[in-house]
Amino acid sequence: MRRPLAFLNARLVDPASGYDGPGAVIVTEGVVADVARSPGFGALSPDVEVVDVDGALLIPGLVDIRVKTGEPGAEPKETLKSAALAAAAGGVTTIVVQPDTHPVMDEPSVVDFILRRARDIELVNVYPAGAATKGCEGQRMAEIGLMHEAGCLYVTDADRPIVDSKVMRRVMSYAKAFGVQVAHRPADPWLSAGAAASEGEFAARMGLPSVPAIAERIMLERDLALVELTGAPLIVDQVTTASALESLKRAIDRGLPVTATTSINHLSFNEIDIGDYRTFCKLDPPLRSEDDRQAVIEALASGLIQVVVSAHAPAPAEDKRLPYDEAAPGAVGLQTLLAALLAFHHEARIPLVDLIRAVTCAPADLLGLAAGRIAKGSPADLVVCNLNTPVHIDAGKLVSKSKNSPFDGRRLQGRVLRTLVDGRTVYSAAV
Amino acid sequence: MSAAPPGLNEVLQRTFSFPTRHFLSATDLNEVEVANLLDLADGFVSLNRQTSKKLDLLKGRTLMNLFFENSTRTQSSFELAGKRLGADVVNMSPRSSAMSKGETLIDTAVTLNAMQPDLLVIRHASSGAASLLSQKVGCSVINAGDGQHEHPTQALLDALSMRRAFGHIAGLKVAICGDVMHSRVARSNIALLQMLGAEVRLVGPPTLMPAAVERWNVQVFHDLRKGIAGCDVVMMLRLQLERMDGVMAPSTREYFRFFGLDREKLAFAAPHVRVMHPGPMNRGVEIDSDVADDLSVSLIQDQVEMGVAARMAVLASLAARLDNDR
Repeated sequence: MRRPLAFLNARLVDPASGYDGPGAVIVTEGVVADVARSPGFGALSPDVEVVDVDGALLIPGLVDIRVKTGEPGAEPKETLKSAALAAAAGGVTTIVVQPDTHPVMDEPSVVDFILRRARDIELVNVYPAGAATKGCEGQRMAEIGLMHEAGCLYVTDADRPIVDSKVMRRVMSYAKAFGVQVAHRPADPWLSAGAAASEGEFAARMGLPSVPAIAERIMLERDLALVELTGAPLIVDQVTTASALESLKRAIDRGLPVTATTSINHLSFNEIDIGDYRTFCKLDPPLRSEDDRQAVIEALASGLIQVVVSAHAPAPAEDKRLPYDEAAPGAVGLQTLLAALLAFHHEARIPLVDLIRAVTCAPADLLGLAAGRIAKGSPADLVVCNLNTPVHIDAGKLVSKSKNSPFDGRRLQGRVLRTLVDGRTVYSAAV
Repeated sequence: MSAAPPGLNEVLQRTFSFPTRHFLSATDLNEVEVANLLDLADGFVSLNRQTSKKLDLLKGRTLMNLFFENSTRTQSSFELAGKRLGADVVNMSPRSSAMSKGETLIDTAVTLNAMQPDLLVIRHASSGAASLLSQKVGCSVINAGDGQHEHPTQALLDALSMRRAFGHIAGLKVAICGDVMHSRVARSNIALLQMLGAEVRLVGPPTLMPAAVERWNVQVFHDLRKGIAGCDVVMMLRLQLERMDGVMAPSTREYFRFFGLDREKLAFAAPHVRVMHPGPMNRGVEIDSDVADDLSVSLIQDQVEMGVAARMAVLASLAARLDNDR
C-alpha cells in the first residue's frame, strides 16, 4: 500500500468548481481524499508524505480527446507507450485515440486490444474512439453498439468526413440510441480535395493547392441540419474558421446539442508560419488566416468552443522531409499542449481557469469521465506545473517517436514538474 | 593561337557575382542586379550568334540538370548554356533512376551532392521543391520551375526579350493572359516586371485567376479585348488541355473564342504590340498560328534564343560567386 501523499502550498485551479486560489490536496489509494482551499491542512498524520510545491500550479490532469498514435499498424511513428510517455511529460493524463489505425478500430476486438495495451503500459488513461463507419470509409456503419460495450468513448471517422448525408444521418440516429456521441470533421470533401493550404494570398503566392475556409462551414451547416433532424448530439471536430464559428453560434443559440473543439495548433499558428514551405506546419485542417485564428481564440474565450485538443498526429521525418504538397499533414502536440495553452494566460487573453477547463472537465464531462476535476473522491489525476518557467521547445528532444512539432524553436512559459495518474507518479521533471 | 572571338572581352568584363548562392525566385534579385544580368546576357546573345560560341568561364565546373518533369526546351537551354560556358553537363532523368523506385527528393539530392556538382538545375512538380533541395546540398541550386510557384530564369529571359524589343521595361504595359492560377511563369514574371516598373495586367476567366489576386497590385480582366487594350506586350500562357473540357473552362473552342489570341483581338492592343509565349504553344487553344508565326509581332522565337543567353548569365554569375566563396 502506498503512503498517502499531500501537496501543500499550491495554486489550485479546479475549473469544475471554478476555483483558482491557494490550495492543498491529499491523495490516498489513487483518489483525491481531501481538498483544502488554503495552503495546507491543519494537522497531517505522520504517515503522510508531504510535498511542498511552493506556489506551483496544481491542476487536474489534462484530458485530450483527439490523439493519434501509430498503434496498431504504424508503430515506427508512435506506439501507445511512446504516446503515453509524451502525454505524461506534458501533463496529459487521459487520451482518446483515433480509430484510423491499421486495422481500423471499427469492431470491438480492436477496441479491446487498445484497452489491454493501455492496462499493460500502465501510464496514462487510454480510451479508444471507435470508427463511425467500417474502415472509416463513410459507407456502412461500424459496430457502434458492440464497440461501445467494449469501451469506446465516442465514434468518428477521424480526418475523413462522412460525405454521404444518408450515412451520416443513420450513424447519428443509431449512435444516439446507445448514448454514443459522434464526432465529425467539418470539411467539404470536394473543395478540400488535394489541398495543402488555406486559400488566400499566401497560398496563391506560394503556388500551393488550397481549400477555401468556407469549405469548413459548408460541411458544418449540413451537420447542424442533421443534428436538427435526428436530435443526436454532435462533437464538431476542430473548428478553425471564423465563418464556421458563426454557424456554430447560431446553432448553439438555438439550443442544438453541439460541442465544438479546436486544436492548439490553430490557436497558436496562422498560415504565414508555413514560411518557406515548412512541412511541420502542414496540418489537416490547414493553418488559417490570422483573422480566423483570432476568431478561434475569441470563441475559446467566450465558451463557444468548449474543448481544446492537441490533435497529436505523429509523422516521422521521412513523411515530412518532402516537397510541401507531398508531405504528410499533422503535428505532435501532447507534450506541448499545456505550455502552449498557457500562452493565452500569459498574454492576459483568457483567464487561467477557463483555459484549464477546456482541457480538463469540459472534455471529461462531454464523454462522461470522472476525471478532469479535483474533488473529494475523484481520480487522483493531477499535474503540478510551474506556471512561469520559460521553456524552449526543441522538437528533437520531445518524447514522441516522431518529432514533427510546429512549436520547434518556440519559447513558451510553463513547465510540468510532476504528473500523477490514479495517484501514481508517471512523470517527474529532472530537477 | 587564334584570336579571342569578338565580344568575348565585353562579356567577361560584365561578369559579376550573383547576389545569392541559389537562384530560387525572381525576388532573389533587385533592380540593379537584374539590369546587370540582362547586360551580361546581351553580351552572350552576341557571342551565341558567332561561329565560335565556346567560353571557359565554367571550365572544370559540373552542371547537373535534374528534371522531374519533362521539358525538352528548358533542359536543352540549360544544357547548351552550360556547355557554351565550358562546364561538364549531366542530364539526370529521374524516370530512369532510383526516383522511380521510391527514393525521395532528399535522398536523390544527397546522392547527387556526393558527386560534387557545382550547379544543380531542378524542375519539379511540387511548389517549394527547389527551396527544399537547396537546404540539403552544398552547390548552387537553380530553380527551373517548381510546381505552381516560380520559374525565375523564364522571367529573366522574358525581360531580356522585352528590353531588346523596346529598349526599356519601365512603363511597359504587359498583359499576362490565360491560366495564371497554375502558372509559375506568371508568378515569376509578375514579380520581376513589377520590380522593373512595368504595369502588369492579368486576363483570363475567373476560374483561372489565383485567390486574393486583388492584392497582387495588378488589374484583372475577364475580357481579353479590354484586358489587352493599349498594351505593349501580350504574354500568353500555356493552358494544359486536361484543364479544359469542363474542368476549368467548358471546352477548347469556347476558350479560344473568348480567351484565345487572334488577329481580331490583337488589334485592341497598342499598334507596336509584341506577343510572347513561354512555350510549348497550344495552337488554336490560347493562340492562333497566324499571330504566333508572324515575326513582326511575335517574340516567341526570340524568347527561345534569349533563354540560352539569360541562363548563361545566371550560370556565369553563380559560378563567379562560388569562386568568391572559396
